[in-house]
Amino acid sequence: MPDTNKFKIPFGPQHPALKEPESFSIALKGEKIMGVDIRLGYNHRGIEKACEERTYIQDLYLIERICGICSHSHSTCFVQAVEEIAAVEVPKRALYIRTLIAELERVHSHLLWLGVAGHEIGFDTLLMYAWRDREVVMDLLALLTGNRVNYGINTIGGVRRDISGEQIEEILKGVGILEERTKYYIEVATQETTIIKRLSGVGVVSYEDALKLDAVGPTARASGVDRDVRRDDPYAVYGELHFDVITDKHCDVYGRTVVRVKELMESYKIIRQCLKQLPDGPIAVKVPRKIPAGEAISRYEAPRGEDVHYVKSNGSEKPERVKVRAPTLANVQAVKHMLKDRFLADMPIVIAAIDPCFSCTDRLISVKGVNSKNKKIITWEALRAYGIDWYRGRGIDFTKISNDLRKRLEGI
Amino acid sequence: MLREVLGSFFKKPATNLYPAEKLEMPKNFRGKLVFYPDKCIGCKLCMKDCPTGAITINKIGEKQFEAVIELDKCIYCAQCVDSCPRKALEATKEVELAQLDAKKLKVIFSGNLQNGTKKETL
Amino acid sequence: MAGALFSILVFPGLLFVSLFGLIAEFIDRKIYARLQNRVGPPWFQTFADFLKLLGKEDIIPTEANQKMFSLAPVFALTSVVTVFLYIPLWKAEALFSFNGDIIMVLYLLTIPTLAFFICGWYSKSLFSRIGSVRCVIQLFAYEVPLFMSILASALLADTWSLRDMVVFYTRHPYYFLFNLIGFGVSLVALLGKLEKVPFDIPEAETEVVAGAFTEYSGRLLAILRLTINVEMVVGASLLGAVFFPFGLGFGPYVGFIIFIFKTLMIMAMLSLLRTIVARLRIDQMIDFCWKYLVPLSFIQLLLNLIAKGILSR
Repeated sequence: MPDTNKFKIPFGPQHPALKEPESFSIALKGEKIMGVDIRLGYNHRGIEKACEERTYIQDLYLIERICGICSHSHSTCFVQAVEEIAAVEVPKRALYIRTLIAELERVHSHLLWLGVAGHEIGFDTLLMYAWRDREVVMDLLALLTGNRVNYGINTIGGVRRDISGEQIEEILKGVGILEERTKYYIEVATQETTIIKRLSGVGVVSYEDALKLDAVGPTARASGVDRDVRRDDPYAVYGELHFDVITDKHCDVYGRTVVRVKELMESYKIIRQCLKQLPDGPIAVKVPRKIPAGEAISRYEAPRGEDVHYVKSNGSEKPERVKVRAPTLANVQAVKHMLKDRFLADMPIVIAAIDPCFSCTDRLISVKGVNSKNKKIITWEALRAYGIDWYRGRGIDFTKISNDLRKRLEGI
Repeated sequence: MLREVLGSFFKKPATNLYPAEKLEMPKNFRGKLVFYPDKCIGCKLCMKDCPTGAITINKIGEKQFEAVIELDKCIYCAQCVDSCPRKALEATKEVELAQLDAKKLKVIFSGNLQNGTKKETL
Repeated sequence: MAGALFSILVFPGLLFVSLFGLIAEFIDRKIYARLQNRVGPPWFQTFADFLKLLGKEDIIPTEANQKMFSLAPVFALTSVVTVFLYIPLWKAEALFSFNGDIIMVLYLLTIPTLAFFICGWYSKSLFSRIGSVRCVIQLFAYEVPLFMSILASALLADTWSLRDMVVFYTRHPYYFLFNLIGFGVSLVALLGKLEKVPFDIPEAETEVVAGAFTEYSGRLLAILRLTINVEMVVGASLLGAVFFPFGLGFGPYVGFIIFIFKTLMIMAMLSLLRTIVARLRIDQMIDFCWKYLVPLSFIQLLLNLIAKGILSR
């Protein structure tokens, strides 16, 4: 007789708990989770291919829009790779401004995460308070860069805008307010009973498993893995700043909360140091439009973990290949492990705890069989033909659809 | 938590009552672009650098140029402002650009052929 | 006959309690918003929501059981409105009363929960089933402390009728102080009945999309939401009548104002509790109810028994 207690529920792609579409198909028995099937790819937009058709300056803005919250991370990582290929020396003031905006973005991202985590456990008050305080940092960023997200502060060879004295005053005032509020959030996260009850013991990844599953960012640091690209492989001016890398021994969602909230305090420290040590000088060097041939890898500590960009140039104005490895791709593999033998009610907070940004994640990844020995390289034309045939086999013909659409639009 | 929550009850709410109260954008906010035809030399560097192809420069006379900016294609990155060697483009603080009529989203900046004053048509 | 019909359908029956329910939802959301430093909805929001839902199409999934799907919300609404007729509001006499009506009131209050279970179960969709099962599991947890604390209050008054209980407490005004522990317990347990945070597990938006109500739309959803609002009013009035039986001898108009004031105070306390805690998991909730609420209500029962023994001498 079939076990009527076992069934599979679809958690996504559309679900109120997920901010971005991703498919988790959960096998349930009563309230207990038996297994999870993860499918990625709902947010794939072909960005890496689109980068090859645009010049480096245009690519800067495209790469920035991979994600709304980690936009400066992607933009800086890309620019660092291009500057390495072109072998230009970026002025110190530009590097300081880049670091400043990077830390402000980290503050923004962690406050946003705090709100989202509160919402997933049903604590809407925390959501409203954290997002009210996030407005302080967004106003600061709008003052400095001209927009609340997608800052566009980078250009190849430096930054586009300078900071004035009164802007520095505003930043210090804003950071002071935020420091008060962050101390309050540390108190709430560590002492509020219902929060501790919901977050403790949930989504456990031990130290060995974190190393084996390649977790990055606060997800790994909460399991005691002491890895931070800012300290291990310093870029921008992190080599000249003093800050601590926060790790925690709890290995669960509670640990990740503590790591993120304490990282907020470290960010305020870094921002203050940056502003004090800001040197004078130019904010950009002129870089020719044609970048010489070469390739470079650049790493960056985004708020969610380690972000890796690979750029290959061939001497023309457009890059030959751009590859992006976002941190969530590394973390999402740990989700399956975290959900073993947990309850359905833990599902939203476990997914939210790795701070998923599925817009960053969906790139073209090729999965080979575990034991397969042959590999195939598929060209762009073959891939396109494959796609057209796949849809035609299901009765959808895009050529016909686009012709109909064109006829109808011309008829207007 | 309780004390904080009770305190908020008596404070002014943090919500902006948009559209009754409109917020002022900070200085140098990247909103709608504006073009000064008398400064343009027709080098078309802005067109080259635009990530979406939102700006088009047309020649309408001897050393007279007009710019057609498509507001729905523009991503308000202001790269054209930086690329222009003569500072003929500027970003304003105007952000309420929603329209019901798609034709209104194409903004043409052209000068008067006689005395070069800026004329904006929709 | 016409008088009774008027009382049942208009005042204080269906129309009055529905309007009061809608106003109560507005006040709850406004207080919730102000506590979170936001503005909150305007005064006509809940009426607009209700009217809008009435105008939308009812979509019943093909796999669902059509009859049960459509009838279950009506059962829920009818039972909560019926409860309201037995609660003494501004005089010691409720609209109808008899000896033993406290048991009937508590029984009628269970019917909405079972109706929600039927709603979810016969929708045949996965999220509805999970939500409806959680609804019933939650019933096991909060019902016992709620019943025991209300019955403890009745025990002190030595009667099973709400009217006689209210008369007893009006004669001895300070005896309500004995029941304060019971008031605390039943306030928390009432959050479970009304499915509000921390006990809004059956309807957790981020886990099961809307729990038992996932497949509902249009007029049936309007009836369900009205049921939830009326449940809040009825629960608050019941607690007000049982634990704070004041102001029942002052005549209809003053009594009415005192009744509104008492109910709004209890609803404000419910909103406050809703704001400061997160949602619990179902196993944590059952733990909490049986480990803390039930012993406290036992203590209340014992206290009342001892007090009755001492006072009757």
